[in-house]
Amino acid sequence: MTTDTAAGRFGRYGGRYVPETLVPALMELEAAYAVAQRDAAFGEEVARVLREYVGRPTTLTPAHRLTKSWGGAQVWLKREDLAHTGAHKINNTVGQVLLAQRMGKKRIIAETGAGQHGVATATACALFGLPCEVFMGALDVERQALNVFRMRALGAVVRPVESGSRTLKDAMNEAMRVWVSQVEDTYYVIGSAAGPHPYPTIVRDFQAIIGKEIRAQTQAAIGRLPDAIIACVGGGSNAIGALHPFIPDTSVRLVGVEAAGHGLQSGQHGASLTLGTEGVLHGSRSLVLQDENGQIQEAHSISAGLDYPGVGPELAHLAKTGRMEVRTATDDDALTAFYEVARTEGILPALETSHAFAAARSLARDMGKGQHLVINCSGRGDKDVATISARGVPPATGVKS
Amino acid sequence: MSTELGKAFARAKARGEGALVAYAMAGDPDLARSVDVFAAMVEGGADVLEIGVAFSDPIADGPVIQAASERALKAGATLRRVLDEVVPEVRRRCPETPLVIMTYVNVVMAMGEARYAKLARERGISGTILPDLPPEESAALRAAFDAEGVDLIPLCAPTTPPARAEGIAKDARGFVYCVSVAGVTGMRAELPPNLSDRLDLVRRAASVPVVAGFGISTGEQAKALVAHADGVVVGSALVRAAHSDGPQAAKQLCADIKRGLKR
Repeated sequence: MTTDTAAGRFGRYGGRYVPETLVPALMELEAAYAVAQRDAAFGEEVARVLREYVGRPTTLTPAHRLTKSWGGAQVWLKREDLAHTGAHKINNTVGQVLLAQRMGKKRIIAETGAGQHGVATATACALFGLPCEVFMGALDVERQALNVFRMRALGAVVRPVESGSRTLKDAMNEAMRVWVSQVEDTYYVIGSAAGPHPYPTIVRDFQAIIGKEIRAQTQAAIGRLPDAIIACVGGGSNAIGALHPFIPDTSVRLVGVEAAGHGLQSGQHGASLTLGTEGVLHGSRSLVLQDENGQIQEAHSISAGLDYPGVGPELAHLAKTGRMEVRTATDDDALTAFYEVARTEGILPALETSHAFAAARSLARDMGKGQHLVINCSGRGDKDVATISARGVPPATGVKS
Repeated sequence: MSTELGKAFARAKARGEGALVAYAMAGDPDLARSVDVFAAMVEGGADVLEIGVAFSDPIADGPVIQAASERALKAGATLRRVLDEVVPEVRRRCPETPLVIMTYVNVVMAMGEARYAKLARERGISGTILPDLPPEESAALRAAFDAEGVDLIPLCAPTTPPARAEGIAKDARGFVYCVSVAGVTGMRAELPPNLSDRLDLVRRAASVPVVAGFGISTGEQAKALVAHADGVVVGSALVRAAHSDGPQAAKQLCADIKRGLKR
């Protein structure tokens, strides 16, 4: 079963709202991807790289101390933070850069928010020998210095984007503008489950490895499917990857967690599923944060990866139809969860991932004992240490028994 | 097709000229003073006015129009205010000149497609250009526009395959906006050599006028295109002129380009 209701449509959402110059390139991509999907050799090549290079399958870790501390459902962590480069983003970039190579494209461009997708794209480009340019909001360049260095070390050019809110949305605008002018020989690797058709489908398909592994691993560990899976949602790539394979399994609760930033009432958040309205941003119709005049509002989150006023169209559809529950976590909730996970499980989660942990606690308690909850641990927090440590470190006695 | 647009192109043709479709951003530097820019462009010879309505995320626009959008948004430009405060005033000062709105699809969606079409028609808008709305996504919106007699003006790109370009041309309302270069709006020193072939192809298929736009900023460039197009769109160059030197500079540039458009 799939939620696709027509090519590139997920219920009311999706589509291809782009300048005409890009339409032929998107059609070419759609056709090339369809052929690649039918080609067993392509699938095997992607699987081989994921196995030999990325380190898949990532493990499913039982979080014993977190389970005990929360006193509810048994908690499992899907360890995307252990994938090469430290986040799930590499699943998609390996697939798309191999696709680009297959299509004979000569150069790669990408946008990035937290820098994880930029790093993952630069990594795949280094691996397969393609030149790489990454567009990144100037504000994100400042707050994600580690990832900026990693991209440069990997041979990519990082282009800071000074327009608008100087974050992910502006980086995506600029990447699309540059793509329009170089569309013949350039492949644009979108990292989010957003963008014009066929990107939301391509990104979902490459990220669905997460959910497929969760399925096999929970079957092996507990002999059945989990009762709930929870993931953070910015554009939504880790969430759709973890959740999509379970859409037909109605016994499995699917939960997305959005950034509430300074609070949902503050007007400074990234909660487009919770508070957004229908609109078109970056090539697809989805839920977006906008004013009554259709101007896109600036999002806010402590985590650059959730600092986005839109969301992937399939996630909007899953939320609106009620298949996915949507919760939120504030900046402060995420910081609290970051230390809790660090000190209870010995894992420094990314700030994005910390939002999923923050909302998972009450979910685990509500679910109760005997139930199984999988948290998609989408990335590691090393990139965020400057942001987090700037707020001071709690005393070392915070370990719970 | 709206009779105003058809008449404007026909008047230019009868004078032995290609038509000048002149773009400026409503609300740059503010709503009232942008009216002066539009009126000055008509004094300079503009045959059709393209009224830009700012959007926060203009992916089809280069740096000049991006900056103008930011200024207009700061000045409080919204689709509603442009229709209420700018369009009637431009209409009053330039009663003969057809007006076309150019904005992004989200701005129109936020108002509601049918509501926009009705209001636009009431205010005297002849057509609308939405650069992020390709034909595949436009059916419902175009039906709403057709119901009110507002032309949804399609764009055709250099990357558009010939058969698709012919389809766009055949099905067009108002005029066909042929994008001259693969890229965003903004001045270009040179236009692609195969542009004239593309214009000829679209013109053969179209029953409405065909104009070239994106990258055109001088009378020389207009002169080179006038044998292959019914007119040209000039945007960034006029926005820049009006921003740095005021309405008279935009008028002057319109006059220069109109000289180039004489056949």
